[in-house]
Amino acid sequence: MGMLSLDLQLNFPGFELRAQHEGVIDGITALFGPSGSGKSTLLRCIAGLEPAVTGRLGFDNDVWLGSPNERCVPAHERGVGFVFQDARLFPHLSVQGNLRYADRRSSHVTTRPIVFDDVVQALDLAGLLGRRPVSLSGGERQRVAIGRALLTRPRLLLMDEPMSALDAARKAEILPYLERLPARFGVPALYVTHDIDEVARLATRIMLLSQGRIIAAGPIQEILERADLQHVTGRFEAGVLLTTRVLRHDAAYHLTYLDLHGQCIVVPQASAEVGSDMRVRIRSRDVALALRRPEGSSIRNVLAGRLVEIASDPATPYAETLVDIGGARLRARVTRHAVAELGLVEGAPVFALVKSIALG
Amino acid sequence: MPLDLEPLWLSLKLAAAATLVLLALGSPLAWWLAHTRSRIKAAVEAITALPLVLPPTVLGFYLLLLFSPRSAFGGWWVQVTDTTLAFSFAGLLVASVLYSLPFMVQPLQLAFEAVGRAPLEAAATLRASGLDAFFSVAAPMALRGYLSAIVLTFAHTIGEFGVVLMVGGNIPGQTKVISIAIYEHVETLRYASAHVLAAGLMLFSFVVLLFVYTMNRRYPMQVG
Repeated sequence: MGMLSLDLQLNFPGFELRAQHEGVIDGITALFGPSGSGKSTLLRCIAGLEPAVTGRLGFDNDVWLGSPNERCVPAHERGVGFVFQDARLFPHLSVQGNLRYADRRSSHVTTRPIVFDDVVQALDLAGLLGRRPVSLSGGERQRVAIGRALLTRPRLLLMDEPMSALDAARKAEILPYLERLPARFGVPALYVTHDIDEVARLATRIMLLSQGRIIAAGPIQEILERADLQHVTGRFEAGVLLTTRVLRHDAAYHLTYLDLHGQCIVVPQASAEVGSDMRVRIRSRDVALALRRPEGSSIRNVLAGRLVEIASDPATPYAETLVDIGGARLRARVTRHAVAELGLVEGAPVFALVKSIALG
Repeated sequence: MPLDLEPLWLSLKLAAAATLVLLALGSPLAWWLAHTRSRIKAAVEAITALPLVLPPTVLGFYLLLLFSPRSAFGGWWVQVTDTTLAFSFAGLLVASVLYSLPFMVQPLQLAFEAVGRAPLEAAATLRASGLDAFFSVAAPMALRGYLSAIVLTFAHTIGEFGVVLMVGGNIPGQTKVISIAIYEHVETLRYASAHVLAAGLMLFSFVVLLFVYTMNRRYPMQVG
């Protein structure tokens, strides 16, 4: 956990960064926005890799840029780890050599008790230690890069779209490792991405960037549900994040049963342990409404609830509705025609039919 | 037939010394040229390349004037060391360093440019200072460039003739390097002695180059 405070300006031809933020960095904070919005540039400024930046930048009690004396602490003295989009492993060193490079140079840091063997184990690197970076797959390379950044025993971990160069299968291979990092090593992270699924899966907080400015920051649930930010977060992505508890696994059908405020939902088998919390994301376009519990349907997840809000948009065929499920809120996007034909009114009991649930 | 190998030994000593001095001076210069955005970069590059196009006699002529005890630099040198730079091994070394400068700087500059900034940024985020990053990342990644630069500088210094003749003259054990000795043997029609030195130099150069290319093939460096 740490306190990040910044007020930065940087001009490139055709682009200007004017970023202001003051807040706690804890767990993984996503820097999210369309390409060209300045996410990566902001991250590089925080790391000390953009010499032309002006303004002020502080982390906890340290000043990295600004008064007194307009000082600028060089990158190698800031104690931040950086995971580049293209890994940037040193080609003349083995995987072990790359990890030791960071380990040796941070051995004096006692505030972060990060042990070489723990990092190797957490990222499953033991089998790669003797290999050369050129012989690694893209996913393996990023795992080594993340391990190397952790071994600088950083106060803050900065990750610049570490998975953007990977295909879906390689992403799925890395995500579980990334997910566990903040809890395991206690290092807060800033994570740049333009993929909302990564945000939902990994982040607890989000900073939204648009045209070089931070336009919103806060807990992820709150920001993703704000309608006025949907031009940045994406209209189709409207939905909710719900916290559930793992009830049991069904190995035969590869399913996991989750408890959501007293009702049971079923998802493709997850790796979480029975009894632990799990976050799921349900998009409003994946939810349908029914007046009666349907029979003979392939949809497994049917939740009883009550309509609390219907927001029709006369300019479109759609209405956004909010359904209360024993305290949890679901969003459903249905046609206005359906609202009229079913006679849906606020306060009416309904069944929410959930077509798809993303683990997030 | 008297076999005098002293000129060969002197040439090797001069080439080794010039290469070492140029490694120390050429690395920072090449580094600066590879990374600077200064407006005087083009001018510095042009000056560095001058020895490639100038006749050796031009450089030799100006060096002679500079080494003269009547010039400011030459006078200061006499005061400090009690010897003159002209017609001495030290003078020969200074001349060789200037004359071979582009052969050290240009391959290094190319190699540093090929390494680029990205690995240095990575090193900085791994708590390596600038100097640390140079020795632990940039230099090893530019290893091939160093190999070419060292071989070219060494070979070029062994082969120089014009500058040596003007600045060093022909003093046995001091400035009579192998190229001068061969010239002298040919002038005095002692072809047998000229053959021994010339063939020896050819063989030596071949062996050195063979070694370099073999190393290069067996241990290819991955850069980038």
